[in-house]
Amino acid sequence: MKKSIITVVGHDAVGIIAKVCVYLAEQQINITSISQTIVDGYFNMMMIADMNASTRSFDQVNEELRALGDEIGVIIRIQREEIFDSMHRI
Amino acid sequence: MVSIYEVNETNKMIEQENLDVRTITVGISLLDCIDSDLEKLNQNIKEKILRTAKNLVPVGCEIEKEFGIPIVNKRISVTPIALVGGSACREPDDYVTIAQTLDECAKEVGVNFIGGYSALVSNGMTAADEIFLRSIPRALTVTERVCSSVNVGSTKSGINMDAVRIMGEVVRNAAELTAKDDGIGCAKLVIFCNAPDDNPFMAGAFHGVTQPDAVVNVGVSGPGVVKHALESCRGENFEILCETIKKTAFKITRVGQLVALEASRRLDIPFGIVDLSLAPTPAIGDSVADILKEIGVEHPGAPGTTAALALLNDQVKKGGLMASSFVGGLSGAFIPVSEDQGMIDAVEAGALSIEKLEAMTCVCSVGLDMIAVPGDTSADTISGIIADEMAIGMINQKTTAVRLIPAIGKRAGDNVEFGGLLGHAPVMKVSPFACGRFVKRGGRIPAPVHSFKN
Repeated sequence: MKKSIITVVGHDAVGIIAKVCVYLAEQQINITSISQTIVDGYFNMMMIADMNASTRSFDQVNEELRALGDEIGVIIRIQREEIFDSMHRI
Repeated sequence: MVSIYEVNETNKMIEQENLDVRTITVGISLLDCIDSDLEKLNQNIKEKILRTAKNLVPVGCEIEKEFGIPIVNKRISVTPIALVGGSACREPDDYVTIAQTLDECAKEVGVNFIGGYSALVSNGMTAADEIFLRSIPRALTVTERVCSSVNVGSTKSGINMDAVRIMGEVVRNAAELTAKDDGIGCAKLVIFCNAPDDNPFMAGAFHGVTQPDAVVNVGVSGPGVVKHALESCRGENFEILCETIKKTAFKITRVGQLVALEASRRLDIPFGIVDLSLAPTPAIGDSVADILKEIGVEHPGAPGTTAALALLNDQVKKGGLMASSFVGGLSGAFIPVSEDQGMIDAVEAGALSIEKLEAMTCVCSVGLDMIAVPGDTSADTISGIIADEMAIGMINQKTTAVRLIPAIGKRAGDNVEFGGLLGHAPVMKVSPFACGRFVKRGGRIPAPVHSFKN
């Protein structure tokens, strides 16, 4: 499995990164990079994740992250890295 | 490594600017289904389509989820049915049974359209071709998802005016048979010059005879993305304008290429082409007309529109060409009226006429598309409009198409409603002057001088 990109967008609040990271750790998903900014009061984070050691399917992780996002009040997405690579790299 | 800004840019295109993969279209050859027994032929067709395309919808949904990009339509195109049914069909209703088989297959596989109820008659018609043409109105009436196209001309062979005359009658007939649904039959019927045989977009998709047994073609769209990119260069000169369109087209096409390769791998069907076409939908912000307005005309149809469309179409192609190893189909800008809110507004404002649309088709990738005309427009007049459009394609060595909808019982200024992706359209005024003597001459218009390249 190639790398995946997790994005978290929403109103800033305490503990967003912590909650996402706890979930990923439980699923044995390794985070290889994190960048985060606040744009116009909006929390904006991107993680590069390696799912090789996880037993969860991509689809399951996708659903569970979405549900976690609903719980925290942010939008969490996971997408395969290739879509960004193909659009922005020659 | 990708940066957060690049990730945000891509996701913004998808979420706010309607970037999507418009269609994954699996082309399927039906040549090996041919049988002189009609029942056996239908059975073979059904078996082949269901076998080849059974995974199309699930695979499409899988890719959609993993990459986070909407894949709006999953579709099928097949070998032109006039060829496939030639030895089994003795009368138009025989061909209609094949249309019904195709419709059943589409419903069973879960695709919203199946294209290829088609004939290629640019040079002349066989007896079977003519029977086929006569079957089109009923085929489009009794089916829901079948799309039909007829290629009546090419730069290489000229225009088959006998077929053009018949198609005028066919279009009228299809409108009459589906009058209670505002002539929806005609919305699924395209008449082509220089039809590409790898086009993934409906209603004109068919699987050409030069194609392999099965092939995956992908159509990407994104007028909203181009419009948004252009907002950042208001007031800049043409060089910057063109550069911006080209870069955006490149990015959009790269997504199409990725999806095409993934779909091909997962379906185990070879990759054919990526078609980057700015194809509008009735959704707000998904409009080619809005791009033209952003380039600088008040409404499509204002002076300058043809030039604006020409540069748009050309830059889209240039950007797309480098992004994919195989660019094909139509690749350019589509200017359907009913499917583009900005075009509808332009007609209603009195800025856009059929004559101006005809001029615009000289420089863009298709033709007179999804245009409602008054219900009393005669078959001869429709044939005349088709002939004009075919001539533009023939002389300019490009694809042109006609998809006209005679709105039975309605007059210029009234409205027709198709719903969904097909939208709604104001009925447009058509020239009241006759062309019957021209249309009824019969025979062919010879190929133009620049076709002699051998």
